[in-house]
Amino acid sequence: MRIKAQIGMVLNLDKCIGCHTCSVTCKNTWTNRPGAEYMWFNNVETKPGVGYPKRWEDESHYHGGWELNSKGKLQLKAGNKLNKIALGKIFYNPDMPELDDYYEPWTYDYQTLFGPEKKHQPVARAKSQITGEYMDLKNGPNWDDDLAGSPNTFDQDPNMQKIETDIKANFEQAFMMYLPRLCEHCLNAPCVASCPSGAMYKRDEDGIVLVDQERCRGWRFCMTGCPYKKVYFNWRTNKAEKCTFCYPRIEEGMPTVCAETCVGRIRYIGVMLYDADRVAEAAEEPDDTKLYESQLSLFLDPNDPDIIEQAYADGISDEMITAAQNSPIYRMAVTEKIAFPLHPEYRTMPMVWYVPPLSPIMNYFEGRDSIGDPEMIFPGIDEMRIPVDYLANLLTGGNRIAIKSALYKLAMMRLYMRARTSGKDFDTEKLARVDLTERSATSLYRLLAIAKYEDRFVIPMNHKEQVEDAYDEQGTLGYDECQGCSLAPQHSSMFRKAEAGKSTAEIYAETFYGGIWRD
Amino acid sequence: MIASHPFQFFLWSIYPYLMLGSFVFGTIIRFAFFHPTVTAKSSELLEKKTLMIGSIMFHVGIIGVFFGHIIGVLIPKAWTDALGISDEFYHHIIAMPAGAFFGILATVGVYILCFRRFHDHRVFHASSTGDLVVIVALTAEITLGMLSSFVAGPTNPDFNYRTSLAIWVRQIFMFHPDFRLMLQVPLMFKFHVIFGFMIFGAFPYTRLVHALALPWQYVSRRFIVYRRRPKI
Repeated sequence: MRIKAQIGMVLNLDKCIGCHTCSVTCKNTWTNRPGAEYMWFNNVETKPGVGYPKRWEDESHYHGGWELNSKGKLQLKAGNKLNKIALGKIFYNPDMPELDDYYEPWTYDYQTLFGPEKKHQPVARAKSQITGEYMDLKNGPNWDDDLAGSPNTFDQDPNMQKIETDIKANFEQAFMMYLPRLCEHCLNAPCVASCPSGAMYKRDEDGIVLVDQERCRGWRFCMTGCPYKKVYFNWRTNKAEKCTFCYPRIEEGMPTVCAETCVGRIRYIGVMLYDADRVAEAAEEPDDTKLYESQLSLFLDPNDPDIIEQAYADGISDEMITAAQNSPIYRMAVTEKIAFPLHPEYRTMPMVWYVPPLSPIMNYFEGRDSIGDPEMIFPGIDEMRIPVDYLANLLTGGNRIAIKSALYKLAMMRLYMRARTSGKDFDTEKLARVDLTERSATSLYRLLAIAKYEDRFVIPMNHKEQVEDAYDEQGTLGYDECQGCSLAPQHSSMFRKAEAGKSTAEIYAETFYGGIWRD
Repeated sequence: MIASHPFQFFLWSIYPYLMLGSFVFGTIIRFAFFHPTVTAKSSELLEKKTLMIGSIMFHVGIIGVFFGHIIGVLIPKAWTDALGISDEFYHHIIAMPAGAFFGILATVGVYILCFRRFHDHRVFHASSTGDLVVIVALTAEITLGMLSSFVAGPTNPDFNYRTSLAIWVRQIFMFHPDFRLMLQVPLMFKFHVIFGFMIFGAFPYTRLVHALALPWQYVSRRFIVYRRRPKI
């Protein structure tokens, strides 16, 4: 056994309102640079939907993730090491998405809005950020936002095609949910495994997957290896970039930008201990529907004295173990089993987990036209508007039982709390049917509904000061070697003003006028 | 002899060393001090369909052509004579068909890539000046090479590169080139050689350097890479 610590996230989809605050704050922090305009390290998709890039879940097209070879051993779906060279894939990567599968980034011709008075209202036309030419917008980020009920996007969702039961995409039965997506920081990361240069790596101390910008040679196999399509290619620097899990914040014990700014408080961050020696074995489980449970078996109980002893022996810090013991991720994923990994059937062992949404069915019980009998909840979930099959295809590789028991548990917890706050009787025996007690139901309610900052984010300090030679790390974690990428050249007038001897306050007053950047 | 042909002496005895020196030292400097800048500069994200045909044809072709040059230039005629391989057989059965096959692949490929680089708006706008120069230079050099082998060669039946040009190339690597061997070579070959050395000279400073960045370690590497920082 070799214990490693892994930082992970849980997203409570029940509370996601699809406001895109996470995407926007992430973009402002990480990808508002030339060459990175089309990248969204975090994006929110409407499901069912086409997704970003288009149909990313269709692995028969993109060949991302892992598969089992004829001997039952793990193998990259894009082909083994020799196959990549033999088929000339190094000269042309057949599985790579094109820019149009994401979208061509654009800005607007804002200058035309200023000028002398004209007969017609001036219009700012869209201008490509790559060619600088005017363009007709045909696709963009979240082009199908909130359009999940429409037959156009319905058919194109690969998860829908796997559902055997007949779901009609008519208006009365339409359903949708939001799926915020970021890099999964997988335990069995296929992007890391695909990189010929060895530029991609998992950090030993917290499992964050990063691209070493100095060693990246632009092979692009990571882009195609990742089944979630969360590694991007910067067309300006010709290197791969991806979600960094905001490692500079995580190292200081702060949550990622997306989690910090989430208005719905749906995101939880914590650590889990896992057995690194067993990852490949767990990923080789032949049955897709059992992969979720197989992944769960990797996580170790941080309160078990034997595990703690072994963790110390493997160099895991005291602070990390304490964080693992209080981890909201461990609680939701392992103890309560209400959070699930995204597409475990890709055999990547992803570490961003999702609590399945329940809202439409709860309206059935709690809303204006609700039925009186709470006993109806179990058959009610089977008839839920978001089909259990759909959630199972998304989150458990088709394991419907796991999804159902999570939904039962969440619904029962809500019925219990509702009865308690409204002073009604509640037969607490019912809680036992979903493995809850009065105490655990109350604490789960606090975690999910109240969601205090310190309950949501249990992040240990990284203690970089104990690591020698931080200078060696220059360039291996970020983007400082990226010529022409910083914003400074674009806003150089500000720096000229500074040279001319103006005070900071003067520059600020001149540059930010009413909150608008006036360069 | 040198005094009467100073320019020829420079071209065939000094210039190759200038260019090879630039190639060797430039490559060392690029890999030692500018290692992060070594990438293939892929534009597949911006355009994919033409790239598929162009890139595969060009790369397969150019690798074949490269080894063709090595065999043709570095194996002395005396060796093939000793093996009983006649000139006729060498040229018409081995060199010309293989050369034509890989040469045509490389030529068609490089023309497609050149067209793509200038014609596709996204690719053109994302290109540096160096990228544009490189693709034009390769197109010109491959064209010159094809013209040498399949036009200048057959129209000068007296000229056999294996008894003049190839000996001179081998002499370069033995550090005593005899520039007189090059005087009677057809003009097209001369241009091909001069231009070729120029490309080698410019090689380390352009995107071409990616040809030397082969990921040998990947073959034997474990799949998942962990990086640990040593604690104090």
